[in-house]
Amino acid sequence: MNFTFSDEQEMLRKSAHEFLASRYPIERVAEIADGAGFDAGQWSEVADLGWTGISLPEDAGGAGMGFLEEMVVIEELGRSLYPGPFFSTVVLAQPALAGASDLVEQLAAGKTAATLAWAGADGSFATSSLPTKATRDGDAWRLSGITLFVPDLAVAELVVVAAEGEGGAGLWAVQRDGEGVRWEDLPTVDSTRRLGALHLDNAPARQLATEAGALDRIRDRALAALAVEAVGVADRALQFAVEHAKTRVQFDRPIGVFQAVSHKLADAYVDVENARSLAYFAGWAVSNGADEARDAAAGAKAYASDAAVDICEKAIQAHGGIGFTWEHPLHRYYKRALWISAFMGWPSAQRARVAAALLG
Amino acid sequence: MDFRDTPEEAAFRERVRSWLQENIPEGWGTPGHHEPEGEERQAFYKDWSRKLYEAGLVGVTWPKAYGGYEQHVTHQVIAMEEFARSGAPDHMNVIGLGMAGPTIIAHGTEEQKQRFVKRILTAEDMWCQGFSEPGAGSDLAGLSTRAVKDGNEYVINGQKVWSSLAHIADFCILVTRTDPNAGRHHGLTYFLLDMHLPGVDVRPLKQITGDSEFNEIFFNDVRVPEEAVIGGEGNGWAVAITTLMNERASLGIALTVRLEVALRKLVELAKSTKQNGSTAADDPVIRDRIGQFWSELQALRFTNYRSFSKFLQTGMPGPEGSTAKLVWSETNQRLTKLALEIEGPYAMLSGGDHAVDDGYWQRWQLRSRGNTIEGGTSEILRNIIAERVLGLPKSR
Repeated sequence: MNFTFSDEQEMLRKSAHEFLASRYPIERVAEIADGAGFDAGQWSEVADLGWTGISLPEDAGGAGMGFLEEMVVIEELGRSLYPGPFFSTVVLAQPALAGASDLVEQLAAGKTAATLAWAGADGSFATSSLPTKATRDGDAWRLSGITLFVPDLAVAELVVVAAEGEGGAGLWAVQRDGEGVRWEDLPTVDSTRRLGALHLDNAPARQLATEAGALDRIRDRALAALAVEAVGVADRALQFAVEHAKTRVQFDRPIGVFQAVSHKLADAYVDVENARSLAYFAGWAVSNGADEARDAAAGAKAYASDAAVDICEKAIQAHGGIGFTWEHPLHRYYKRALWISAFMGWPSAQRARVAAALLG
Repeated sequence: MDFRDTPEEAAFRERVRSWLQENIPEGWGTPGHHEPEGEERQAFYKDWSRKLYEAGLVGVTWPKAYGGYEQHVTHQVIAMEEFARSGAPDHMNVIGLGMAGPTIIAHGTEEQKQRFVKRILTAEDMWCQGFSEPGAGSDLAGLSTRAVKDGNEYVINGQKVWSSLAHIADFCILVTRTDPNAGRHHGLTYFLLDMHLPGVDVRPLKQITGDSEFNEIFFNDVRVPEEAVIGGEGNGWAVAITTLMNERASLGIALTVRLEVALRKLVELAKSTKQNGSTAADDPVIRDRIGQFWSELQALRFTNYRSFSKFLQTGMPGPEGSTAKLVWSETNQRLTKLALEIEGPYAMLSGGDHAVDDGYWQRWQLRSRGNTIEGGTSEILRNIIAERVLGLPKSR
């Protein structure tokens, strides 16, 4: 039994933290979020650090590390509210491309960003009755259907699509700007991670080798990643609140002496640590293909996203009026926390999955 | 990071598990089983406690020189996990194992270690705790039980309260004030006090469950030899902190497993409780709450593991360790209350043929109200987290 990160993993965390603090301070993130959105030109810088292929083997153009290392980086991405297409490209799309080494290499090299289109108008990430249908066209395939809630679609030129083919659910790749494809950017509450809608009308697609349960594994991985991202968000929001409680003086005392404030922050700390524990375990379970992976990822996503939302709310309250302004960065953390909660199933939906495992 | 046992750990776990399976008293924990009562109860627990010691399930990390097994701390964790999971009866000397023993090992003289430590493990000497007073609960440093030096002896007067097991204890870890002019945290002296001395009077307290787990202890001119002092006169606060740290450190893992056992029982209750033609386990609200408890249980477990791993690496428990008791106590209160809700009107019955599980949940729900008070109130624990972990300014 050993529940700590290795020295190498801690070094990775430190270097990720330092890079993000220097290249993406919150003022820069705000500029991107309130402006034109992420500039694809900045993506190659992240690729140069090796993050785009962090959990890929070296012979596939990756860094030869594992999903736990990917989680370490994601926690820091959450902490800095990184506004680029990491979640969509590395967490969602890359595992779906396992058999397509040319595409994997392209992604790892940072030449293109990618994303995953899965849910339809009902927002469900189910593994059957998918909104997109795949049909054979000679040796090729064509896709038709409308998907919503596609993260970072405006930045991602390659789109992996979960669709219903002849043998059930499978995965295909389409070019976002190719024939038969129309897409739109959806106004998104969290403008650091915008969503898109993808309209496929007989669009030519490349079939990806899909093992049984591939979609389930992508989901487990995504839920674990969202959980640890929520930990980064929550931790940073708590830090804002603690700094404020130490320095803001009212009634001649820093407001942190008042237990109405300090006890809420103590609860927030407990929640962050619990969320962290669940996220790390989920990461370990996914990374090792352990039996617990499914429930662990669902439970971690539920708890950590609840915690992140709640802690951001506590932090806004602790800040008083300034916490309610656009100028203060807290609302951006809050919006990311809400995004994480809502994507791939709210906490109540995750708990329902856990309950099904416990109660039948 | 690896959440699995090493082969060596797995072998130890298997050994503990099979010992418990073979040795757990017949019928224990099954519905309708009643614990022995009166003198028979004491004899039963003493015998069982000695067996646990001989099997190597207690004193796992304690030094061999004083009767311990001197094994790696992970073995202690494994032993505690398997023990709690088995539902076996507890070692009766909980204060001795969790508080007195570690304190004596850390601060005792060689003579005190030889005299006391092994007899704690075998339950030959039973221990109780004399910390809280009517006027000193959360504010422990405000205690006023007096010890006055008189030749080679101290004379003790005062009152302690919330002492579990005092009615059967042979010794007491007792914190007194020896110098009333030395400031709150100074002038305290810690004794290993013989409970059979003249002038020691124990009266049970009846708690909201109707049971009497706790006692008041009155000290009336109790004369104690100076050899009973541990850690030196005036150093009582530092020694008491060791005791409290040990109380909280050893609690985390045990509490996790206790919660696991409670959740398993709750799941069974939900599945077996009929409700409008289906079962409580089909009710989406109940399902949601059980799903939440499961996550909270896992969180408690892995937070403990993380804190524990940090302890192994650095010799200091991590700051996240301060959260275990707070989380467990409040989760346990909510969990036991949900059990009552699942029972519906049967929640009103405390026992008898119509009651569910002979009033098990009624008793544990009421008992759980003590969880956020004993061993550091939730309010004090939040102060500790706010001030020592988050670095917020002191509220006092």
